[in-house]
Amino acid sequence: MMIKGMRIQALIWMFFFMIANAGLFAQQTDSIPENVKENQKCLKCHGNKYYSYYNDWVEGDVRERMNPFYVIDSAEYYNSNHKTFTCIDCHSYEYEEFPHPGYLRMEPSYSCMDCHGFGDEWAKFNFEEIQSEYEKSIHSQKHNETFSCWMCHNPHEYKISARTEENIKEVIAYDNAICLNCHADIDEFMFIAERENPNVLETHDWLPNQALHFKSVRCIECHAEQSDTLLVAHNILPKEKAVKKCVECHSDNSLLMASLYRYQAKEERNKAGFFNSALLGEYYVVGANRNYYLNLISIVLFGLVVLGIGVHIVLRIINK
Amino acid sequence: MAVKYYFYPLWLRFWHWLNAVLCILLILTGLSMQYSNPDFPFMRFDLAVSIHNITGILLTASYLIFLVGNMITGNGRYYHLNLRTISTELMKQFKYYTLGLFRGEKPPFPINEKRKFNPLQKISYAVVMYVFIPLLIITGWALLFPEITIHDVFGVSGLHLTDLLHLIIGFFVSVFLIVHIYFSTIGATPLSHFKAMFNGWHKTHD
Ligand code: HEC
Ligand code: HEC
Ligand code: HEC
Ligand code: HEC
Ligand code: HEC
Ligand code: HEC
Ligand code: HEC
Ligand code: HEM
Repeated sequence: MMIKGMRIQALIWMFFFMIANAGLFAQQTDSIPENVKENQKCLKCHGNKYYSYYNDWVEGDVRERMNPFYVIDSAEYYNSNHKTFTCIDCHSYEYEEFPHPGYLRMEPSYSCMDCHGFGDEWAKFNFEEIQSEYEKSIHSQKHNETFSCWMCHNPHEYKISARTEENIKEVIAYDNAICLNCHADIDEFMFIAERENPNVLETHDWLPNQALHFKSVRCIECHAEQSDTLLVAHNILPKEKAVKKCVECHSDNSLLMASLYRYQAKEERNKAGFFNSALLGEYYVVGANRNYYLNLISIVLFGLVVLGIGVHIVLRIINK
Repeated sequence: MAVKYYFYPLWLRFWHWLNAVLCILLILTGLSMQYSNPDFPFMRFDLAVSIHNITGILLTASYLIFLVGNMITGNGRYYHLNLRTISTELMKQFKYYTLGLFRGEKPPFPINEKRKFNPLQKISYAVVMYVFIPLLIITGWALLFPEITIHDVFGVSGLHLTDLLHLIIGFFVSVFLIVHIYFSTIGATPLSHFKAMFNGWHKTHD
């Protein structure tokens, strides 16, 4: 019941959002956006490590520590996808009260699909398929109760990157940080699975130049099933199915062309003759970058040398 | 009359054969990485990488043997190029290999204790040993520690340029190797130079 109610609320909300947004853009240039003022009500507590409130019992201001997990970085927030939101767009308006009413603890949170599951505006992201891929993923399969999209997409920070960021290294760093958030942090990991997480550096010690690899490819290149229709693959496979063969990347039809470099990978061979030329800008992937002309020249030169030697041998034999 | 020279002291022979084995391994593993193909795996990629790295490091050590050996034994003097005369000398030697050899002429630069190499040998050995191999070693180490390589050269990956240079020189050394092995068969008998590189004694023609 509750969930259903939320969903209708979301729909109504989306409707207002769109109307409000139209007005917002018109005046955005000069004034501080409406939601910033509104959010200050929450951020005066949730934006800092400490907060104070008026305590009726002792009749005075009291200063206390904020639970570090409840602190929100407002710089990140106003840079995120949902920066135009007020806190109470996603949370109950009753949070304006303090102490927060106890029953709010039980309030279920929205899911991405509540807002993004309909409408053309989001069609390019293909949320439906992301959802179904996610459901197949190892995280969802094993920890359906605790895991959700929010685990990787921090509600107060998530900023779309692969689609918009030009610098591939930045994308890689951003995307890998998402995974390392748990896989390099025991507390976050154990919040979901009740065992210690293996050290990522040790479990990948078979990978030479590990530091370089982790800066040059994303975890999902090896760990997610590639999809033709999604820009970012979401089906994280069990570890047995992870890419371990070097030639999957280090060869002329490198899997990187279909994943990491998907947007750059338009042509097969560029003017200067480099195959997989999208890889040229920032990287050199042994085996994946080959130069057509260099190949040709080397074959011709090599052929000439062998021919020369052959002729010489024949002449030597004849002249013996 | 055949004259014998002790051209290849033990350290040189040791260096040379170590060098030869390492170079061949490097070329084979290098080719297999550059042309890696999942459908025709010549060699497992990670294995090729490991072998290439290890032999590359060993080659650096072996190159130091060569450098130091050449310096302290005086073998280095055979590598001195006279830049003024080298081009005419090269022409003569080239003519000999393409024509004179078949007309039964005498070699234009007969071997003696002052002159171990004819001009063609001299320039190819000098260029390979003092230009190509050092460049290969430097670019190789840069690729081994990509963190220290210059990252961005006018928007192109420094690693990529380094690798391109490494590749091109690697190709030249491979060509050298083939020609070198072939020319080593032009001796008193086809095998006599190889024997020389084993026992140290070089026999001149006739
Ligand atoms: C006076 C300081 C203060 C203000 C203002 C405040 N909060 Fe809180 N909030 C807290 C503290 C302290 C906690 C943790 C203790 C608790 O659960 O009451 C908390 C907890 C929460 C939680 C987590 C509840 C749970 O148990 O999961 C949410 C969500 C939340 N606040 C949202 C808001 C929103 C939205 C606003 C603004 C509309 C807001 N808060 C305003 C102090 C504040
Ligand atoms: C796009 C929707 C959205 C917006 C906007 C949003 N939140 Fe949240 N917030 C969530 C969701 C979803 C969760 C629960 C996350 C989870 O389950 O891990 C959450 C959790 C929290 C928590 C509890 C922390 C935790 O880890 O459980 C606090 C506190 C909080 N939000 C405060 C705020 C404040 C303050 C703002 C405004 C500055 C805000 N939220 C804006 C969706 C949102
Ligand atoms: C309460 C409704 C709501 C929820 C829940 C929600 N979103 Fe959004 N999301 C929006 C709206 C509305 C926008 C457009 C914001 C804007 O344009 O300022 C948006 C923007 C985005 C964008 C950026 C689109 C662009 O073109 O820049 C992405 C990506 C996105 N959301 C992903 C998610 C994901 C992933 C989740 C779940 C983890 C999620 N959203 C949850 C309503 C929501
Ligand atoms: C295991 C972590 C993880 C989970 C769980 C996850 N995502 Fe993602 N998602 C990512 C990463 C990493 C990216 C790439 C972010 C970037 O660079 O923009 C991403 C990107 C996206 C994008 C942007 C794709 C594009 O085309 O630009 C959307 C939309 C999205 N996720 C939706 C979802 C939804 C909906 C769910 C839940 C059904 C979900 N994600 C669950 C890790 C996750
Ligand atoms: C080059 C491909 C590759 C990349 C990049 C990669 N992995 Fe892996 N990963 C693997 C393979 C293959 C295994 C299975 C290892 C085995 O079975 O020995 C694995 C294993 C794992 C495991 C399971 C470890 C265990 O033993 O339980 C986790 C967790 C993991 N990787 C996370 C990550 C994260 C997080 C990143 C990004 C920082 C990452 N991986 C990047 C290939 C990769
Ligand atoms: C919210 C924390 C969290 C995030 C974020 C997260 N993981 Fe995990 N992941 C886990 C936990 C917990 C497990 C262990 C599941 C189990 O075995 O019970 C796991 C398991 C795995 C495994 C091993 C599966 C196996 O077969 O043992 C891989 C691979 C993996 N994650 C990859 C990733 C990648 C790639 C990302 C980023 C796109 C990521 N994870 C993001 C918590 C997380
Ligand atoms: C997911 C794709 C992927 C896989 C799988 C992969 N690599 Fe790489 N590798 C890369 C990329 C991308 C780079 C380029 C890094 C750069 O230029 O920043 C690289 C670089 C390297 C380098 C450094 C080259 C140099 O110039 O120093 C070596 C060595 C290497 N890989 C070996 C391996 C080996 C061995 C394996 C298998 C065990 C392997 N790689 C598996 C993507 C991959
Ligand atoms: C299987 C591979 C090789 C064989 C069979 C071989 C054979 C020989 C022979 C027979 C000689 C003596 C030449 C003569 O007496 O005129 C020689 C000398 C020499 N070779 Fe090689 N070689 C090989 C690989 C290499 C490689 C890879 C290099 C360098 C990259 C090299 C560099 C030299 C040099 C510098 C000399 C002269 C050494 C001196 O006397 O100072 N060789 N080689």
